[in-house]
Amino acid sequence: MSRFMIERRGTAVLAGVATAALALSACGVASTSSGGSAGELTLWTHNAGNPAELGVINQIVADYNASQSKYTVKLQAFPQESYNDAVVAAATAKKLPCVLDADAPTVPNWAYAGYLTPLDLPQDLVSKQLKSTLGNYQGKLYSIGMYDAALGLFARKSALEAAGVRIATVDNPWTAQEFADALAKIKADGKYQYAFDLGTGDSGTEWWTYGYSPFLQSFGGDLIDRNGYKTAGGVLNGDAALKWASWFQGLVKNGYTPAKSSTDAFADFVNGKSAMVWSGIWHSGNLSKLGADGIVMPPPDFGNGPKIGGGSWQWAVSSTCGEKAAAMDYITFSLNKKYLAEMAEKQNVIPATEEAAAMVDGWQPGGAKRFFLDESAKYAMIRPPTPGYPFLTTTFAKAAQDIIAGGDPKTILDQAVSDIDADLKANNHYGF
Amino acid sequence: MPALVLIVVFFFVPVLLGFVLSLTNARLTSPQGPQFVGLDNFTRLFSDPLFWKSLRNTVYFGAVVVPLQSGFALGLALLINARIRGINVYRTVYFLPVVTSIVVVSILWTFMYQRDGLVNHMLQAVSFNLIQGTDWLNNPSTAMPAIIFMSIWQAVGFHMVIWLAGLQTIPGDLYEAAELDGASTWQRFKYVTWPGLRATRSFILVTITIAALSLFAQIKIMTNGGPLDSTSTVVFQSVRAGYEQQQTAYASAISLVFFVLVLTVSLVQRFLTRDKD
Amino acid sequence: MATITTTRDGVPRAASQPTRGRPDRGFGTIGGYIGRTVLALFFAFPIIFMFASSLKPDNQIFADLSSLRAFLPVGDISMDNYKAVFDTVPAWRFLANSIGVSLLTVVLGVLVNSLAAFALSRMRWRGRGFVLAAIIATLVVPFETFALPLLWWVNKLPWLVMQNGQPMWTLGWLDSYQVQIIPFIANAFSIYLYYSYFSTIPKELDEAARIDGASWFRIYRSIIMPLAGPATATVAILTFLPAWNQFLWPLMAVQSENLRPVMVGVQYFFQLDVAWGPMMAYASLITIPVLALFLSFQRAFIGSIASSGVKG
Repeated sequence: MSRFMIERRGTAVLAGVATAALALSACGVASTSSGGSAGELTLWTHNAGNPAELGVINQIVADYNASQSKYTVKLQAFPQESYNDAVVAAATAKKLPCVLDADAPTVPNWAYAGYLTPLDLPQDLVSKQLKSTLGNYQGKLYSIGMYDAALGLFARKSALEAAGVRIATVDNPWTAQEFADALAKIKADGKYQYAFDLGTGDSGTEWWTYGYSPFLQSFGGDLIDRNGYKTAGGVLNGDAALKWASWFQGLVKNGYTPAKSSTDAFADFVNGKSAMVWSGIWHSGNLSKLGADGIVMPPPDFGNGPKIGGGSWQWAVSSTCGEKAAAMDYITFSLNKKYLAEMAEKQNVIPATEEAAAMVDGWQPGGAKRFFLDESAKYAMIRPPTPGYPFLTTTFAKAAQDIIAGGDPKTILDQAVSDIDADLKANNHYGF
Repeated sequence: MPALVLIVVFFFVPVLLGFVLSLTNARLTSPQGPQFVGLDNFTRLFSDPLFWKSLRNTVYFGAVVVPLQSGFALGLALLINARIRGINVYRTVYFLPVVTSIVVVSILWTFMYQRDGLVNHMLQAVSFNLIQGTDWLNNPSTAMPAIIFMSIWQAVGFHMVIWLAGLQTIPGDLYEAAELDGASTWQRFKYVTWPGLRATRSFILVTITIAALSLFAQIKIMTNGGPLDSTSTVVFQSVRAGYEQQQTAYASAISLVFFVLVLTVSLVQRFLTRDKD
Repeated sequence: MATITTTRDGVPRAASQPTRGRPDRGFGTIGGYIGRTVLALFFAFPIIFMFASSLKPDNQIFADLSSLRAFLPVGDISMDNYKAVFDTVPAWRFLANSIGVSLLTVVLGVLVNSLAAFALSRMRWRGRGFVLAAIIATLVVPFETFALPLLWWVNKLPWLVMQNGQPMWTLGWLDSYQVQIIPFIANAFSIYLYYSYFSTIPKELDEAARIDGASWFRIYRSIIMPLAGPATATVAILTFLPAWNQFLWPLMAVQSENLRPVMVGVQYFFQLDVAWGPMMAYASLITIPVLALFLSFQRAFIGSIASSGVKG
């Protein structure tokens, strides 16, 4: 009886395997020839799962393939969360695609490691671009973006009015004191659970650096001494940095911000849980849910001027690309103002050129979205353009998380500096 | 023997490659090739406070999870070994979390563990608002226990099934004989069930221990090692150093130390659970 | 009452089911049912929550948290999240890939590992102890720690393909199905499990068969494996689940979207902010096949466990 059952199951399983094997081999044949036939350029992008941005890229690729007959661009999209891992893994195996996009701060690292080749693009094209959309390393251009992003202090006008504080503008931002007053008064009103949500729910590294290191820079500190890029000592654990750390920690200790925000802090803001939220341009669409009550302001000036992070996703060409000229040609094609405008409109980002801005509703001077372009032009600071950035950002993000969690700022920052300096030393300062 | 070839090609070769790397200064991204640096990585490792913290967390997790999970699993196995109507339903439900991927489960529980998440709402409801719950994953003293709880919830069904397989290899007439001799439930367990589970026991012990010491996915998704390193584990530190911080050689050194650690624990366990009769 | 019937050559034959793993009637009372049900709720509530949430828009998921509605498909119910899933992720393709890859890994794994365990437990050869120890040692190294060297290494391996009807060698396994299957076939857990299970099967069985002139393979196929049902069931689960859950490896080793497995798709929902509704829908979607598989196989698994008649 039992023998019979097992044998019968065995046959069923074997049949299953045969079917699976057939199905797989049928698909497998196509994939084995993906080594890249002549005239094929592979392109990698980080936006699988983001139909808006991917749609624009798909459109560009299709237009490009139709515009000429010599080359075919083949697009492969990856989910953003793990895109860098995929690129580094492919580079290890010497399998990078010809064209790929890269988050701006990782460009120097990939250039230094020899993944990327300098871009050779028409000068008039490059000169039209916003500075923060250009990825330079050691005096050479390695990447170029179709857009930039920007952060802002999103607020409910009614909350500010009730608290009797003025609305900050790009030309007239809050001082540190004004911000502190605003927080105290909004909290005293008691209408909102949190006066200001920092958006700490995202435990991913880059948000912590992108989002919070500008505050540090506004205090006068930084991730690394940009004068030579040889140490973090003094800038990441100096007086300014300690002031930043105690302010940052104070936001939690004073109950202004949650130690860990929910995964969608902006939704909490829209739903009335918080009066202000630190977030990005990508949410400006959701801001309209609040109607006229929803406003966006620049960050406060903590002494060294307001700061926001600059540099978003940018296009680059791999050093192993066999058709570099074609890759440059594709990138040039993709930077057409028509595409920049479309990207700005679909993805809610800052168009990379004024020409493109003029083509999109709201982005013209005086337009509703113009705030972000003005803010970005005035206050954006790119993250340190050093090959050591991956170490800087993981170390800073961990330090910031530890500070928010209530650790001793001085111990944490001293440890971060010693880790960073050890890494710099181990790498001969990454060629600086 | 095909298995041997596969293991050599897909395990020993890459692992040995990793060991060699631990004696160099190899980086994930670097224009220069790796250079031999002797034991530098190990000296650095042993003076790295994060390593000792990670080691402590790993041992903590293992020391709690191994006995709790194997005991709970045995309890469940005994419960579902009954021949009562509908037992299949229970068996299936207890096994549900196992078939749910740890990635999905970790995301789900991260959501539930939030300050005003499902877990706290449920605690309030069952305690009539007496328990106000905390921000589980963001409190250094509750983050690890919260992960332990979830990990056991997720994996216990698997070991339940293994115990069950063991239970069902015990011949029924032994129980009948015991019953004829007037043995109590506890005596039947002690003299029939427990000895009958000898082989299963050591298998479960080894697998749970290794799985526990290799704790990684939950940490990566739920806490990233925080808050204040309270959930950083050895494998997590190794992966963080190796991928995010691109210190390939240092990560290999951590892996090597980890390998020695787990090997030692396993050998000790094997020694303790060897046939005494 | 049924007992183990032992044939003349000492082979324990399947005893009739009722006494196998004799249950305790003491747990079968009303109290037993209540206790078991409470436990069932404990294991099921997050998953019920997941399925219920997959039908709701994000704001309702949050609003329902404070009541039992969190577990019920009530309110603004729709399949919108599932629609969003299919707009975002090529879900059918991912599911097909994962099913194919996992099943092949399971079947090849059962075959290869049971053979290895058989050789280790039944045949006498030099170095057997050493090989066994080496295999067990592989248990202790988590995959994450050698994934990168492995990646570099598989990229150096050759593969035979048919091109225009001609066999041809290509170099490098990246971006393929085999890279998701072959490295995971041989598995120390499975070998160990089979090995310890085989060692509970009386040696007299195969000795008798040897005397009758049966080959080793015949003993493996006709005596040992049929008795190893429970081990096979466990190995199958043990191999299937990690294969289905593969995430880090396919991410690194597979670039083409049409070769990706389901777990990689989870990350498609982490864009800027987590879209909980679609995320829950996708999570439900990729859990259902495993669940269905387990449910349909569980009778066979448990059945074989109950009837295999192996002495502990």
